[in-house]
Amino acid sequence: MTAPILEVRDLCVSYGKVEALHHVNLKVFAGQIVTVIGPNGAGKTTMLSAIMGLLPSSGEIEFQGEVQRDIEVEHLVAGGMTLVPEKRELFGEMSVEDNLLLGAFQRYRVGDRDEGKTMDQVFTTFPRLRERRKQLSGTLSGGERQMLAVGRALMAKPKLLMLDEPSLGLAPLIVREIFHIIADLRQTGVATLLVEQNARAALQIADYGYVLETGSVALDGQSRALADDPRVVETYLGLGGKKH
Amino acid sequence: MKRHLPLLVFLVALAVSPVMLSEFYVTLLNYIGLYSIVALGLVLLTGVGGLTSFGQAAFVGLGAYATGYLTTAHAVSPWLALLIGLALTAVVALILGFMTLRLSGHYLPLGTIAWGISLYFLFGNLDFLGGHTGLTSIPVLELFGYRLDTGRRFYYIIWIALLGAILATQNLLNSREGRAIRALKGGGLMAEAMGVNTARTKTVIFIIAALFACVSGWLYAHLQRFVNPTPFGLHIGIEYLFMAVVGGAAHVWGALVGAGLITVLKQWLQDILPKIFGQSGNFEVIFFGLMLIIVLQRARDGIWPWLIRVLPSMETGERVVAEAEPLPRRQMPATGAVVLEVKNARKVFGGLVANNNMSLTVKAGEVMALIGPNGAGKSTMFNCISGVAPVTSGEIDFLGQRIETLESREIVRRGMGRTFQHVRLLPTMSVLENVAIGAHLRGSKGVLSASLHLERTEEARLLAEAKRQLERVGLGGHLFDEAGSLPLGQQRLMEIARALCTDPCLLLLDEPAAGLRYLEKQALAELLRKLRGEGMGILLVEHDMDFVMGLADRVVVMEFGEKISEGLPEEVQKDPVVLEAYLGGVE
Amino acid sequence: MNLEIALLLGQDGIVNGAIYALLALALVLVFAVTRVIFIPQGEFVAYGALTLATFQMGKTPNTIWLLLGVGILVALIDTIIAVRGGNLGRLKRIVLWNLVLPAVVVGLVLLLEPGKLPLAAQVALTLAIVVPLGPMVYRLVYQPLAEASVLILLIVSVAVHLVLAGLGLLFFGAEGSRTTPFSEAQFQLGTLAVNGQTVFVVGTSVVLIIALYQFFGRTLYGKALRATAINRVGARLMGISNTMAGKLSFTLAAGIGALSGILISPITTVYYDTGFMIGLKGFVAAIIAGLASYPLAAAGAVLVGLLESFSSFWASAFKEVIVFTLIIPVLMWRSLTSHHVEEEE
Repeated sequence: MTAPILEVRDLCVSYGKVEALHHVNLKVFAGQIVTVIGPNGAGKTTMLSAIMGLLPSSGEIEFQGEVQRDIEVEHLVAGGMTLVPEKRELFGEMSVEDNLLLGAFQRYRVGDRDEGKTMDQVFTTFPRLRERRKQLSGTLSGGERQMLAVGRALMAKPKLLMLDEPSLGLAPLIVREIFHIIADLRQTGVATLLVEQNARAALQIADYGYVLETGSVALDGQSRALADDPRVVETYLGLGGKKH
Repeated sequence: MKRHLPLLVFLVALAVSPVMLSEFYVTLLNYIGLYSIVALGLVLLTGVGGLTSFGQAAFVGLGAYATGYLTTAHAVSPWLALLIGLALTAVVALILGFMTLRLSGHYLPLGTIAWGISLYFLFGNLDFLGGHTGLTSIPVLELFGYRLDTGRRFYYIIWIALLGAILATQNLLNSREGRAIRALKGGGLMAEAMGVNTARTKTVIFIIAALFACVSGWLYAHLQRFVNPTPFGLHIGIEYLFMAVVGGAAHVWGALVGAGLITVLKQWLQDILPKIFGQSGNFEVIFFGLMLIIVLQRARDGIWPWLIRVLPSMETGERVVAEAEPLPRRQMPATGAVVLEVKNARKVFGGLVANNNMSLTVKAGEVMALIGPNGAGKSTMFNCISGVAPVTSGEIDFLGQRIETLESREIVRRGMGRTFQHVRLLPTMSVLENVAIGAHLRGSKGVLSASLHLERTEEARLLAEAKRQLERVGLGGHLFDEAGSLPLGQQRLMEIARALCTDPCLLLLDEPAAGLRYLEKQALAELLRKLRGEGMGILLVEHDMDFVMGLADRVVVMEFGEKISEGLPEEVQKDPVVLEAYLGGVE
Repeated sequence: MNLEIALLLGQDGIVNGAIYALLALALVLVFAVTRVIFIPQGEFVAYGALTLATFQMGKTPNTIWLLLGVGILVALIDTIIAVRGGNLGRLKRIVLWNLVLPAVVVGLVLLLEPGKLPLAAQVALTLAIVVPLGPMVYRLVYQPLAEASVLILLIVSVAVHLVLAGLGLLFFGAEGSRTTPFSEAQFQLGTLAVNGQTVFVVGTSVVLIIALYQFFGRTLYGKALRATAINRVGARLMGISNTMAGKLSFTLAAGIGALSGILISPITTVYYDTGFMIGLKGFVAAIIAGLASYPLAAAGAVLVGLLESFSSFWASAFKEVIVFTLIIPVLMWRSLTSHHVEEEE
């Protein structure tokens, strides 16, 4: 197997005196969907923020074979890592088109000026966004916002796409649509790191999974094996599991 | 004794200084004292309360001009003039505070810049205040027939005033009102939810700071025996803020350290800098500006915290909580009676409907669980019920009374305690003090009795209550730890203790088990069962299904802001709608 | 007061209002992008006016040494950081912007005898000296504090103001200066005599405001600044660095400040501390707009200008009192109309 596109070794994050993430190890390979599941407060968002350089952390993060020292978000974005955060973080008072355009900011800066073509591709993936291209993003529905957030991330032509709870607050039908799109992205060679609370849906489309519990990796394995693991069924698939 | 030694040495040195030192140094010490009084007000206002004012010099001016005008033009006694000056300052501060304190943080400092300039120009342009030349021949201050007509004689009154103000401020901060003041910096939401009227608390510290400044101005006028507008301009107001920040704005002694350092430095720089630059001008401001930038970049807490590390024995708080008579409890409703009823609640944010058509009830002596996927609107429902973000439409009844339009501090007064999904605590305060904030409404003694420490009986009862609740949730061994140093799970337990301190009959818990380990969860469930047994109504938002299903008497399931199912735990678990909401994956 | 005087005062008010409007826009921009309340804006006004005036007196302005010194300091700090982080690729940019550029400007000033150059060249040189100070100040003072609260940033702003004002006194002395007008023309508009400088000031302001509007609406960098103002985290995730946005907005603000000083110096005598007062009046306008709306800020600025010129006629001693007291009813109104203020992070 080739080298992983992302390898995280011994990642620790502290908020003040409280350690929120303890020695997390994780690998993502090109063309793979890797999911991190776990209950609320397990540290999933913290982990993504640390990988993206939004939070100070200790440990090693290797992206595309390069160990990231003194990580800067902008640098990672330029290198092909993007994060679709849990809160979407859209530019509400700007149009859908401008939001997408800004997704290509780093590429534009270094002279890669085919943002028109990329936008067309995004519109093909999400036809709903084409209809709304002049609308302010703050007026979109929940599902459309999530599509815009993913579309905006794709404008950067990422090599690693990190998604934080894309199903959050969305109707099952829309969740299904978005998860299909994520699964389809695999064909384009993009590696995806998918953080989800909706464990069953995530494990269905993922190749490999990690279970995060109170800041540490409790379990990991092929997603099919994980989905059948009684411990996962019990704890994270909640109501469907048998009780003590 | 040993821990009071540095203070004792300091006081003795202060007492003998006028006898030992030359006129020049006595004058310098007089000014340090005067500036410290103003800076002390800023410690309370800015360092502790988080409100910045650049305009304190204008309040100093009010005090100075009030006595200057009244004693010269109307031959009023300086002591009466002091009272009138204080009253005038309080009124001006009240008006300015009313206008700016309700707005978000940065309006106050901008406002203070504007009226700092206005008052300065007003002092200089009103004829009866002598215009830019000011007022002269202000009478000598007399105390019991003793004329304070030299710097040496004036020295003691300044320093007694300062030390009195420091003591009063320190007493105030270690009291019920003081905890409310210290809670301001953590954002008003938690304080309000514990019953603190934050707008009132802000106004109170704004007025206290203004009154300190006014006293300093009064002393200044009678020391100098003339006043003109120059020392009351904006730049001097900025200098006062520097003193507080450089000294250590969060500590009462920081005011003295900052005022001392800046005054001495200024004296020295005014001699040195013109020689270096070869021309005259206020070049010390360049130096002060740079110093402030570096202090804020490198050591935002100022010099005092560094100094007490050198003198380590000075500030150690009390380590025991005295036994005290328990606080009175409220009458609990009869088990089974409906305490909370939500009818058709709807909440809209901008265009987004976060809650729609929500109805639920909680009875005394039951655990009601509110569950649903992330983003289903559970926390929004909590915020509606507890008055943090009122409903757009619908009705909420608590103990038979409508509460949907009440502020959160009114709701907690009626007996509803809550915790927060994202823990809200004051990280540098002790666990005990954090929890005692919950008992805010169970005390009544105000600022004045707190600063004179006349409320010690009540204070002891409040702290004893906080300790009792902490022991109840299993944190009895952490009373004096810094709250921020607890792991997240224990911080959540601390929030429950704080909510219990409000003496609730309904407890709203937002994900109390998140981040807890297995045994801790069991202990928490045990505690909640016990509370339920005592007749407490509990409304619980939780994700851990084992925890919920083993504990709840009834369950309401939400999705997309609406109720999709309701019933006994085992009924809800079999409801196909719920299964779809939770497990509906990708087919 | 007769109509003629009223028109004259109105004209004065609009000229000053146009300047306040420019400053208010810059203040709103800087606050929206960086959360910095940019008190030192006024010093850029004074530096612009007085640097130009020094040229016209045939002397060398000391601001060039400030530019050189600050540039060296920035280069030193950035080089240390780059070397420690192993980012040697950054050195070229660091040297170019902080050492080469200031050195070229200083060289030009020393070689060219700017006093004899045409006005446009003097203005260009003035801007080349003053404007780079904007991003450099951002780098030295604000960038290390990027995550600090608005209040801390405000206190620091006041400190920067004191430093720059103190240096202003050192560089330019306590005497005021005026510069030669851009236009000596006089028009007759009915009974009102309009002078060319008035038209020039108002015209330039309007052109600048339109240019800024185009910049924010049409260009990717303008949009990137807006994006940072709307959502800082979102912008960083797009690779729009907050530092880049901060430097860019400080560059614009320094440019607007210096240009305002250049525009106003033929009309009013500018002292080293005049800028502070002018800047504060831009502030009153920006506060009227709640530090958020650009059109409201511009309207507020014209209101402040008119209020000032009319109150200087009726009660000139209380001119400043009246202008700064205007802020009180505005704050009052904002306080009564604002809802329960609470910041759920």
